[in-house]
Amino acid sequence: MATAAVTTEKKNYLNAEYGIRSWLFTTDHKRIALLYLVSITAFFFIGGFFALLIRLELLTPAGDLLTADMYNKAFTMHGQVMVFFFLIPSIPAVLGNFLVPMMIGAKDLALPRINLISWYIYIIAGILYLHCIATGGVDTGWTFYTPYSTMFSNTRVIEAGLAIFISGFSSILTGLNFVVTIHRMRAPGMTWSRLPLFVWSHYATSIIMLLGTPVIAITLILVVLERTLNLGIFDPTRGGDPVLFQHLFWFYSHPAVYIMILPSMAVISEIVPCFSRKRVFGYNFVAMSSIAIAAIGFIVWAHHMFVAGISLYSALVFSFLSFLVAVPSAIKVFNWTATMYKGSVSFSTPMLYAFGFIGLFTIGGLTGLFLATLGVDIHVHDTYFVIAHFHYVMVGGAVMGYLGGMHFWWPKISGRMYPEGWGRFSAMIVFLGFNLTFFPQFILGYLGMPRRYWDYSHMPEWQGLNVLSTAGASFLAVGYLLPMAYFLWSLRYGKIAPDNPWGATGLEWRTSSPPPTFNFEETPIVTWEAYEYESMPLPEEVTLER
Amino acid sequence: MSEHTGHIVPSRLNWLVFFILIAATFLTAWIATIDLGPFNTVVALVIATCKASIVVLIFMQVKYTSEKMTKAVLLFAIAWLILLLFLSLTDYSSRFAG
Amino acid sequence: MSDSSVAEHTEHADRPELRHHFADEQQQRNAAALGMWWFLGTEIMFFGGMFCAYLIYRLKYFPEFAAASRSLDLKVGTLNTAVLICSSLTVAQAVRAAQMGKRMLQVKLLLATLFFGLVFLGVKAYEWENKYKEHHIPTFDFNAKDLMRDNQHLFGLDKLQNDPHALQVREAEIQQHSQIFFALYFALTGMHAIHMIVGVGVFSVITWMAWKGRFTPEYHTPLEIAGLYWHFVDIVWIYLFPLLYLIDRRPGA
Repeated sequence: MATAAVTTEKKNYLNAEYGIRSWLFTTDHKRIALLYLVSITAFFFIGGFFALLIRLELLTPAGDLLTADMYNKAFTMHGQVMVFFFLIPSIPAVLGNFLVPMMIGAKDLALPRINLISWYIYIIAGILYLHCIATGGVDTGWTFYTPYSTMFSNTRVIEAGLAIFISGFSSILTGLNFVVTIHRMRAPGMTWSRLPLFVWSHYATSIIMLLGTPVIAITLILVVLERTLNLGIFDPTRGGDPVLFQHLFWFYSHPAVYIMILPSMAVISEIVPCFSRKRVFGYNFVAMSSIAIAAIGFIVWAHHMFVAGISLYSALVFSFLSFLVAVPSAIKVFNWTATMYKGSVSFSTPMLYAFGFIGLFTIGGLTGLFLATLGVDIHVHDTYFVIAHFHYVMVGGAVMGYLGGMHFWWPKISGRMYPEGWGRFSAMIVFLGFNLTFFPQFILGYLGMPRRYWDYSHMPEWQGLNVLSTAGASFLAVGYLLPMAYFLWSLRYGKIAPDNPWGATGLEWRTSSPPPTFNFEETPIVTWEAYEYESMPLPEEVTLER
Repeated sequence: MSEHTGHIVPSRLNWLVFFILIAATFLTAWIATIDLGPFNTVVALVIATCKASIVVLIFMQVKYTSEKMTKAVLLFAIAWLILLLFLSLTDYSSRFAG
Repeated sequence: MSDSSVAEHTEHADRPELRHHFADEQQQRNAAALGMWWFLGTEIMFFGGMFCAYLIYRLKYFPEFAAASRSLDLKVGTLNTAVLICSSLTVAQAVRAAQMGKRMLQVKLLLATLFFGLVFLGVKAYEWENKYKEHHIPTFDFNAKDLMRDNQHLFGLDKLQNDPHALQVREAEIQQHSQIFFALYFALTGMHAIHMIVGVGVFSVITWMAWKGRFTPEYHTPLEIAGLYWHFVDIVWIYLFPLLYLIDRRPGA
């Protein structure tokens, strides 16, 4: 294992070919992952910009920074950009694309050209959405509720709808590729029960992508048709039912939140055993819980519609089913915790993010139960309680998992180590900033502050908590910018990474950092179980020190 | 024939399926003109499902494939559609009922 | 490169259709087939959303749906269904021809498939034109008066003759609710037609590939999986036909 800097660079996927054509026409899953990394990061900034507008406006009770219409556009586009152009692709398209083939011992995904096409589809969708923003934006709320979106909004609804429709295809093709790959491309000896839990979670995510995304696709088409042709399918004055739109919309958009969280859980399942030096407790339970989350996630959607006009009996059914979906998530949390018990835990940057995830996801998930309770939901629906809940799971959960994963696999992806001290510091900033931003919002919601209001001058006593929230947001922004800075720094000045800096199990760590284009010199033959940390030595140069 | 060719469906069988499909089409159009009360819809959908089944089994060769995944995917997607329809109906069937 | 990967590379060089990341053709074929089946699964959900809307509104507005369905030409619809079934036969036979290495037969059958597909689309266009003339296209001067005239008993209009206000209200409702049927009719058949057009495009390419002799008994995967897509589009129509044309064809309503 080389500790000195190498003088002649070994051929890997990064230096195999040079030039922009070799990137834009690549079919190498690792390069495509990096193409996605750059694109989703760009959209993260755009979504973050809209968040900045929101938090600045809410510093004071009066609506004095933006007009009401502009504020509507800000929260709409913040949501749509973050959900459809950042969160849904993020881990699957970056870490999933990069790692799934390697983790199963394959040379590439099953359908590499489809992989590249899915990135181009994402880019086309993204450009269309950017054009929508530039030409006036959209103000319907990220949920496109009818009949406002179909009949009354004067904004670029059709363009936004079509952009998201197109991005859905990118999602479907990614999911398709993962499912086919995991079924057909596993190396000899890589049975289902030896798969890393990362792969199990991405499999479940892909199933959701495949079965759910087409429904929102057709729903958006119906909205576009209704808006252009004035059809009346969702117009109550003409016999249509706006709630039908909500049924169809949420049939996808609820499972979509599991598309956003399962990959993050995938990352945690890899980080926790590595930095506890212990196999995952209850492997079968964790694997099956991914499938259960995917399945149960599809039968709870109307809990977003309790006060929309669905029947009481239907609401009772969906409330009950929504309680069930918490069970497999809780199983995962218990199992990760049990993995750490009597393990040898170290507080590396990825592990700090994992701890953050477990704590914050638990809070977010529990508050989901509050919302699933019909009586409570009547009170807190459409308030900041809901906003705090979903940001706890999506930011405190999904984004922290994403950052943890980026740190954990950065040496593999780039061949460089990031500076560990800065890593830990940023993780703390993110954690503190996040809680300062969103915990006050639980209180605000419970006190009754409605969401999507740009002016709260009727209740000026809410200002204090809003100021805390905005202050937290600026912390959080710093916490996000720091890793971007030191990752870029590390590309040139970071320590050269060995094949396996963390002493982790998993096939991706048995090839060089960065890997060669075809991943492995020879196809591995697997004869061991997934997390055999008992027999795994600690890495010689433990890069957990500063 | 190498083993890569896959199962070759006999021409006669394809033609038989074709004639059954044509016959079923005319049958379903004709039955619709007969008053069966609420069963008109049921019969029409049953005939459609039979037609779809023979297309899937013979034309799409699902009967001859050893791949369990193919059958699993099909059943899953159909089950999911039924899920969407059924759970939406729990709302619509019980509205104005209290 | 190590010895084994050199050997692998040479093997792959002899079989240009075998892509580098697959171990053998069987794996490649299975991967392609599974990919297409999953894609068809997504299509079931895609059309499924519209089926959901159809189901809800059919239950709510059955008389309007029944009357509007009656205004579709049953004979033309039945014949068009038969045309599409013919195309499915020719596709299945074309796959067979490829499996037996018969190039010219493949090409003829594929051309026949394209022919039937285009006939189907042509008949659809004819049907839509009729709908336009009958003022049954939503928002394009939509008018349900002829439906009301032809379905007095179904709508209960004969009973309301003595109550002009109630009659007016009911007629306005019928006008709106039948427009919903036609909105869904055009959405469903339009989406189906788009899929047919894509199918025709794909099969044009497949026919050209067959003409060039690219398909052998060992390798005809593109034809097979394109065939799966075509059969699926046929199956969607097998369901659309009774759901749209056969809602209530009982005479004397």
